[in-house]
Amino acid sequence: MSATSDLKPAERGAGERTTPTGHRPLRETQGNAARRAVANRVALTVLTVAMVVAVIPLVLILFKVASEGLAAVGWNFFTLDEPTYRVEEAGYRAGFVGTAYIMVGAILMAIPLGLATAIYLVEYGRGRLASFVRFFTDVMTGIPSIFVGLFVYGLLISSGAIFHTGFSAFAASLAIAIIMLPIVTRSSEEMLKLVPDEWRNASYALGASKSRTVLTTVLPAAAPGLATGSMLAVARGVGETAPLILTALGSRYLVTTYFSDAQGAVPLQIHSGAMQPFEAGVERAWGGALSLFVIVLLLVVAARFVGSRANKLG
Amino acid sequence: MSVITDQQPQDPPPGLRSRTRRRVADPAFRWFVTLTGTSVFIILAAMVVRTTTEAWPIFQHQGFFGFLTGDRWVSGGSRSDDPADFTGVYGAWPFIYGTMVTALIAIVLALPLALCIAFYINQLAPRRLRKPLSYTVEMLAAVPSIVFGMWGLFWLVPNVLRPFFTWLESWAGGFFLFEGPVFGPGYLAAGIVLAIMILPIITAIVREVIAVNPLDQQNAAYALGATRFEVMRKVILPSSFSGIVGASMLGLGRAVGETIAVMMLIGSTKSWDSSLLQRGDSMAALIASLFKEATPEGVRGLMAIGVALFLFTMVINVAARLLVWRIGRVAGDAAV
Amino acid sequence: MRNWRAKTAALAAVSALALSACGSDSDSNGDGNGGNGGSGDAAASEGSGLSGTVTGAGASFPDPLFQEWIAEYTQQVEPDVTINYQSVGSGAGVEQFIGQSVAFGSSEEYLDDEALEEAAGARDCSAVQFPVVFGAVVIAFNDEALDGLVLDAETIAKIYDREITNYNDPAIAGLNPDMDLPDQEILPVHRSDSSGTTFVFSNYLDKEVPAWSDTYGASKELEWADGTLGGDGNQGVAQGISQNPGALGYVNQSFALEAGLSVAHVVNADGEAVAPTLEATSAASEEAEVPENFQFTIDGIGGEGYPIAGTNWIFTYTCGYDEATTDILKGFWTWALESERADELANELGYAPLGDELTERVLAEVEKTNSEA
Repeated sequence: MSATSDLKPAERGAGERTTPTGHRPLRETQGNAARRAVANRVALTVLTVAMVVAVIPLVLILFKVASEGLAAVGWNFFTLDEPTYRVEEAGYRAGFVGTAYIMVGAILMAIPLGLATAIYLVEYGRGRLASFVRFFTDVMTGIPSIFVGLFVYGLLISSGAIFHTGFSAFAASLAIAIIMLPIVTRSSEEMLKLVPDEWRNASYALGASKSRTVLTTVLPAAAPGLATGSMLAVARGVGETAPLILTALGSRYLVTTYFSDAQGAVPLQIHSGAMQPFEAGVERAWGGALSLFVIVLLLVVAARFVGSRANKLG
Repeated sequence: MSVITDQQPQDPPPGLRSRTRRRVADPAFRWFVTLTGTSVFIILAAMVVRTTTEAWPIFQHQGFFGFLTGDRWVSGGSRSDDPADFTGVYGAWPFIYGTMVTALIAIVLALPLALCIAFYINQLAPRRLRKPLSYTVEMLAAVPSIVFGMWGLFWLVPNVLRPFFTWLESWAGGFFLFEGPVFGPGYLAAGIVLAIMILPIITAIVREVIAVNPLDQQNAAYALGATRFEVMRKVILPSSFSGIVGASMLGLGRAVGETIAVMMLIGSTKSWDSSLLQRGDSMAALIASLFKEATPEGVRGLMAIGVALFLFTMVINVAARLLVWRIGRVAGDAAV
Repeated sequence: MRNWRAKTAALAAVSALALSACGSDSDSNGDGNGGNGGSGDAAASEGSGLSGTVTGAGASFPDPLFQEWIAEYTQQVEPDVTINYQSVGSGAGVEQFIGQSVAFGSSEEYLDDEALEEAAGARDCSAVQFPVVFGAVVIAFNDEALDGLVLDAETIAKIYDREITNYNDPAIAGLNPDMDLPDQEILPVHRSDSSGTTFVFSNYLDKEVPAWSDTYGASKELEWADGTLGGDGNQGVAQGISQNPGALGYVNQSFALEAGLSVAHVVNADGEAVAPTLEATSAASEEAEVPENFQFTIDGIGGEGYPIAGTNWIFTYTCGYDEATTDILKGFWTWALESERADELANELGYAPLGDELTERVLAEVEKTNSEA
């Protein structure tokens, strides 16, 4: 901040301090300077305390999850299924593979669609249609994930379903994709806007058409930023639990089909593992919580890293 | 750094559009992205139509306002989709109430804290610490909600909240908001954990909003002799007001839709109570907890709750977006 | 475009995946492909040559046991068999069974004549139903000193109705003349999610206490009285109990045994106060009168039997399965009912196997599967 006001009590009221034109600073002519200084001190302290308070829950959660979960995470945790909660020798392989299946499908659905929508908004969108698209994309960010789950259940699973697949990784992918879509769209839009117009004009000047300009000039220029947005969307999607209850249902065994059969996922396995009595199963649930947190964190950190490189390039 | 504008990039000069292949490829690409752009309407419309169709017999059976205001929920066992055969009673009021109360608690707790943090990071923190600090707060957003639920159920409620509630009840139990008995899980427990969960998103947006406040205005105030606190309160806060309201509405929307953590902490009962220490249920949590064993008729009931929840979040979100939009686009509000 | 190649590769990988997913689709009865983890056990090579995949869906109440049975059977007995049981809940289980999307269904409630007719209409042959295991629901306490407290149906109903609110209530004192009862407010804890446990519990009170059947009835989810606490799952109830002084709640017997909770003794139809042991649950299964068509509920249990018990039915059809599916269905359920290992697993998990006489009758019923093909 360029203008810092120093209000040390010793300086205040230390004799006449007039400006060359004879004016005195406002804070010295006012009689309530002392009160204002105290209010300032109090307020600044409150802000600092609030900052500390906000960090406390994070530390507590990290400590609890790490201390309970570390014991469960080992080689077996990633290579074995969990046939029953009682057994000691078991792991979350089914969940990890299931989450990977679901996320790959969701990424393939959400990112191309979101990117194309962003291209439309930045390069072509004009007038009312574009602002409607933008507005409803924003509104879509706020739709509860459980509602998306209900919708996919009604579309693909319930007895009145239009395209019946039953509980499956595909249904879960669709739900997660719908949750990710607006995040991808909006962040990609921001990134495409950052590409300078001069670059587009340069491309046109070389004789490129608009579509060619977008595909070969704008997209590569924005690529790191686009990756950042997509990774943040993936980070959001991977931790979702509620829509999976209604679409993937869960499985403790490895499931390799995509369009049929209930599929496992790490968040689902954590939820059912934490809700039963066997010590080994609860411990694995903490292990699952720890690995899920680490996955999300890695995605976020990677996204920031790529994003900061993008800023330098831009 | 290039200049960022909200204006559309220019089109290529018309003279350059000549070759045949381009004449086909270019409009095709244009149509393709326009179509995908409109897919958001298709998805939204499909969601509304599909869930409403599934829920329709319940609205017929119960009446739409009867559904919203009824305070009994008994899932029926019928497998038919004719409302005349339904045996259940579907009243969503206790869950609408529970959703509102927990979300309000969350916002009341999270907003002041988020404001303080945003101001601290933006105005007080040493420049070098700003990024690390904001990343730290945003790390909270990286904790999946199931982890919040487990942490709340196994650690926070028994070790911190229950003793706190007991003290609160002994001290202010006469006041209707804090009437006993103390359970542990309940509206307040769920609301407190929700507050932690929505803190990062509100902080992030508020930070963006106050960051775009013109430096000139702040410097002008400092030049007039204002203290730091006065600059924050009288210069930054008023001009950021609508953005902050928008941020809290977005936080509210997040809180309203949160499912798993609330389900584990609200002490679910199908009733409602004025005391914050009592148990209830929220719309999202009810769907998740009754879904697994639901009969076909019960699933329709849950669809109806889903439609109500959708309308609820829709109102909050549209209001929030309109407010945030008024102060201009806020970058990064969609992130995390 | 450097990304392009990577994207194409990813696309190709996924379409290959989708193709293989379609390719592995099998017959209409059991298109499940659960895959069984760790089946490469060296000791598991004694199978009789059965192979294939069978899908079932239904109740969550017996799910822990079914998973354990399936794991044992597919790893140690028939390594080439895959059985995929999805605990989608009884309602969805019946729905999927009648809707022909699973090979067998399961529920805590038997199919009544109407549902049987519907099932028969859907497949042109009748459905078979048989019970496979019994499970009890126990009342657990926060206070260890209350372990062994005697309660009867009437008292339990009144506690959950908030008519009895203190442990020193005369009604409880009357049942426990030798116990020093604390002056402590009672906090009843119940399951908040829809569950078979709640059904077994409320079905017991519904049959024994007229006042209960008037206000609450028997269901998987109830409208509980004010002043009670809900918990998500058995674990949620257990947390509610352990965190609140004076709390009591009902949980699966299997859960209570594993978590080592203090439990109530419940007075049965013969006036005996019975501790919820596995023997007492088995005794209850022998006390229950089971008619020819297996349409029964467990009530009026006397003798040595623990009264709050429920059972679980399995549904199959008498036609329409291919040979492999038939053999797996019969083979698995016969193994589950007959083998000592299956009984052992049931006991370890807190479920009671059927009595000898009932097992004989059920085995005969299992044989009817696909008999009209």
